[in-house]
Amino acid sequence: MTETQMVESLIYTKPGSLMPIGTHYCPGCTHGVAHRLIAEVLDEMQLREQTIGVAPVGCAVFAYNYFNTDFAEAAHGRAPAMATGIKRVNPESIVFTYQGDGDLASIGAAEILHAAGRGENITVIFINNAIYGMTGGQMAPTTLPGQKTTSSPRGRDVELQGFPLRMCEVLAQLDGSAYIVRRSLHDVASIRKAKKALQMAFLTQQQGLGFSMVELLSTCPTNWGMSPVEALGWVESHMLPAFPLGDYKIHPALSEGKRA
Amino acid sequence: MPKELWEGNRAFAEAAIRAGCQAYFGYPITPQTEALEHMALRMPELGRVFVQAESEVAAINMVYGAASAGVRVMTSSSSPGASLMMEGLSYIAGSEVPVVVVDVMRGGPGLGNIAPSQGDYNQIVKGGGHGDYRPIVLAPATVQELVDLTVLAFDLAEKYRGIVIVLTDGNLGQMMEPTEMPPMQPVRKMGERPAWALVGAKGRPPNIVTSIYIDPVEEEIFNRKLVGRQAEIEAAEIRFRETDLEDAEIAIVAFGTAGRIAQSAVKAAREEGIRVGLLRPISLNPYPYERVRQLSEQVRSLLVVEMNAGQMLMDVRLGVEGRVPIHFYGRMGGVVPMPDEVLDEIRKIATGNAVPVVQRSR
Repeated sequence: MTETQMVESLIYTKPGSLMPIGTHYCPGCTHGVAHRLIAEVLDEMQLREQTIGVAPVGCAVFAYNYFNTDFAEAAHGRAPAMATGIKRVNPESIVFTYQGDGDLASIGAAEILHAAGRGENITVIFINNAIYGMTGGQMAPTTLPGQKTTSSPRGRDVELQGFPLRMCEVLAQLDGSAYIVRRSLHDVASIRKAKKALQMAFLTQQQGLGFSMVELLSTCPTNWGMSPVEALGWVESHMLPAFPLGDYKIHPALSEGKRA
Repeated sequence: MPKELWEGNRAFAEAAIRAGCQAYFGYPITPQTEALEHMALRMPELGRVFVQAESEVAAINMVYGAASAGVRVMTSSSSPGASLMMEGLSYIAGSEVPVVVVDVMRGGPGLGNIAPSQGDYNQIVKGGGHGDYRPIVLAPATVQELVDLTVLAFDLAEKYRGIVIVLTDGNLGQMMEPTEMPPMQPVRKMGERPAWALVGAKGRPPNIVTSIYIDPVEEEIFNRKLVGRQAEIEAAEIRFRETDLEDAEIAIVAFGTAGRIAQSAVKAAREEGIRVGLLRPISLNPYPYERVRQLSEQVRSLLVVEMNAGQMLMDVRLGVEGRVPIHFYGRMGGVVPMPDEVLDEIRKIATGNAVPVVQRSR
């Protein structure tokens, strides 16, 4: 009987910045991808032990259970204000908020605008899936014209219900914002680019350059009434034209770093 | 320290600084804006945090964040702004982080006016935000008391891991009086932050500050904890001042500015030979019900004086339990009663010419 020598090499594991537990997210939802990307970046930049997250109200309300970092749970829309309070008294900490479209662009519109305007040195992860997920599929501030939701059952009528808000475009106008980009999670190439953007956003905060935000176009298969694969396709076919991917604001110090 | 002439709003702001307040977040609103201005000047020169927030909603949530990081933090506002803070205060109560708020009350409801009032009593003393919680509420009647109670507020907030509100009004906020400032305490060092504070999960499991208990049974257990803490507070933190009550046949109950005005009326009535005294509750939660009960067994009648429609009156009723009639004299909408008006009321009661708002019922 010959002995076989097995060489094991670990090629994939859960990031240390995530807790070793399952999540409550629906199958096919991209929240899990976004969480993992953030955790990978915190691991790679060795920021876990100095990071404080601020969770929103919405589907990510329990995000604090999933990250292996200190966490606060904010009132609906107030995460940027709460993060401001934390960052100002903990200037050495890395502080990020994780907010959905209703939280950030509707009820928290004032808080996000002024956090960016102050150049608050925090990082915002903005999950845009064009719908309210937690409450069961109502119209969001980013719901597309014509998109059916439970509160726009005949499709969003812009005459009555207005137009979607494009937050990257808005916040990039402010002198206090340092890094504002929109990425998507609908395919592998986009996910890789999203991770790179998260690295840049945390780097922006590390270097004290000001307010950073990464908007991530995301899916909600459950409330869109689609399979996970169909939902990914809908991001590409419907959301990308309405919310163009791109770099809306890059602080000059970041592009210099890139060249060097 | 020697006494200096201090305006109420600047005085409580400076008192907070002396108490080791590391961060202040606020929004301008009359009649408390001088406090925000004092903080804008002083906090940066001491290397501490001052942020003028975009709203009272944002200010209280910045306070919530800084409190979650384990530092001494405060905000101040006036009635309409205090209303906007109720959401944040409920979350703060649900998360058990220590926070100090000063409400410099003004006339209402609505935009009302900028004159002194006590119309926020129910909102502030009974909770105010959603859910079952009670802040500790302290009501000063002089600038010196405003200073001393602001310092005490930070200690009590940390002792009970909750909200302490100093409830004052535009009269005290704008008034100047000789005041002795407390000694300067240092701000807490990073290494001295409480074990639950959000400072980064280095060498320990993550700390989480949240007001969510998704399981109703766990939420009820948490609610019971708050109820238990309220009982501890009631056992240890009742504060009041009283004068001329030893032989009194009429007892006035009044807090804050109304208490101060009633004090003048008591002095004048005593000179006329009327046996009247004053109970001035300082802690409005916990309320001195037991002292009110004792008085109701001693005096012939009580007179409640407030700058509202009779909000603390309900707490006096709870203490009196129908033993004696209760009279009420209230001015509203920013009108401050004159001592003579209260004196007239005392005379009417002494001569049997006043109709009580609450009759004796046992």
